[in-house]
Amino acid sequence: MIPQEFQYRRATSIDEAISLLKESGDEGKFLAGGHSLVPLMKLRLSEPGVLIDISRIPQLSGITEKDGTIQIGAGVTHAEVASSDLVRRLCPVVSECAAEIGDPQVRNRGTLGGSLAHADPAADYPAVMVALNAEVHIKGPGGWRAVKSGDFFQDLFTVDLAEDEIIAAVQFRPARNAAYAKLHQRASHYALVGVAAVLEMEGRTCRSASIGITGATGHAQHLANVESALSGKELTPETIAAAARIAADDLEEVNVDLHASEEYRRDMVRVFTKRAVEQAASR
Amino acid sequence: MANETPVSIKVNGKEEQRDVEPRLLLAHFLREDLGLTGTHIGCDTTQCGACTVLIDGKSVKACTVFAVQADGSEVTTIEGVGAEGELHPVQEGFWEEHGLQCGYCTPGMIMSGIHLLNENKNPSEQEIREGISGNFCRCTGYQHIVNAIQYAAKKG
Repeated sequence: MIPQEFQYRRATSIDEAISLLKESGDEGKFLAGGHSLVPLMKLRLSEPGVLIDISRIPQLSGITEKDGTIQIGAGVTHAEVASSDLVRRLCPVVSECAAEIGDPQVRNRGTLGGSLAHADPAADYPAVMVALNAEVHIKGPGGWRAVKSGDFFQDLFTVDLAEDEIIAAVQFRPARNAAYAKLHQRASHYALVGVAAVLEMEGRTCRSASIGITGATGHAQHLANVESALSGKELTPETIAAAARIAADDLEEVNVDLHASEEYRRDMVRVFTKRAVEQAASR
Repeated sequence: MANETPVSIKVNGKEEQRDVEPRLLLAHFLREDLGLTGTHIGCDTTQCGACTVLIDGKSVKACTVFAVQADGSEVTTIEGVGAEGELHPVQEGFWEEHGLQCGYCTPGMIMSGIHLLNENKNPSEQEIREGISGNFCRCTGYQHIVNAIQYAAKKG
C-alpha cells in the first residue's frame, strides 16, 4: 500500500517545526515515529501534503528528574521509557505501561507524544497519564501552555491541541503505589480495556485514588466514582471489590467492535479495575 | 521526478545514495531500489513483522518507515547477517532446530531474534516469546523458532 504523495521536511528545533507547519498551510502534519500516522497514510485515511519530521529535534528527547517530578520528552520512544532506569526506579507503572504497548518493533519507533496526540481510544499511555494527572506541555506560535491529561483527551482521536501546536513533553509526579492492568487484543496488542490506578496510601488506608481508563470508551478518562469509592477507605479485598463493582456504571458510550461486545467490555472494566487497584495497593 | 529527496543510508555496511520519493517505504527501497529481497512484505499493516530490519541496531517494521526517515542511519537486513558458509548463530539455530517451514517469516524472525539477543544475552523462554511477539509465523506453532533462538543464546 502506497500513501498519497507528500513533501518531506525535517525540523531541527521546536520553533522550526512550528514555523514549517505554519508554512505548509493546512497541509502539514508532524511525523515522529510514524506508528500511528504511517499506517493511516497507507490506507489513505490521512493524506497530509507535507510531513514535518520532528524525530531529530534534541529538545523532544530525554527523560529527566526535575523538582520531584519526571519529565519525558514527546519524542522518547516506548522502548526508551520501558528500559529507563530513572522511570523504573521512581515510577515503575510508566515503564510497565510502555513495555505493554504493541510489540518490540513498534516500541522501537512509537513515541509518547505521538501516542498522546493521536489519542487512539485503545492506546495504553493515555490511561496512565490520566491516572498520574500528568501535565502535557505544549508549544504553539503564542508560546507555552500545559494541560492536565484528564482534560487533554476530549473525544475519539480528539485532544486539546490546536492545528499549529506541538506536544513537547509530559511531566508528572512519580507514584509508587501505582499499577496498570490491561486486557490485550492478541493480534494488535491494543487494550481491549486498560485501567491505571494511582493510590496515595497511608498504611492500609487509601488517602486518595486516581483511576484512568482506556479502551472502553471513546477517549481515556478518570473513573471518578471509583476514585471516590476508594478515597479515605481502608483497602481490604471487600472495599476494593465494592469499588470495582461500580467501575462501569458511569460509562455512557462503551466501545463495541468485533473483538468485544459492550457487555464484555463493561465486565472487563470491573475485572481490570480490581486488578489495577489490588496491584497498586500491594506495592 | 520533481518531488525527490536525496537519502544516504548505510545498508549492510555499504553506503547507498539515492534520490527517492518521500512516500517510498523502506521495505520497497530495500527490495526494489537495492534488490535486497530477503526483506519480505507480509501484511503491509505493521502487524506480521516479515519486513523486520534493524535501523541503528533496533528492530523495526520496514513497511511502516519511509526511506527518508532512515536517512543517515545504518540498516541491517537479512542479507547483512552471517556469510556464505558462516551462518550467524541465530541463522544456525533456525537450521539446527528446524525453525521454519515455508520460510516466509524467517528473515523477519531472525532479525527480531538478533535484536532480542543484542538486548538480552540470556533470555528466558517467556522473554523469547515476547521478543518475537511482533512476528507472525503461520506454519510452525513457534516452538521450533523459540528453540532456534535458545540455541543461538546458548552458543553466545
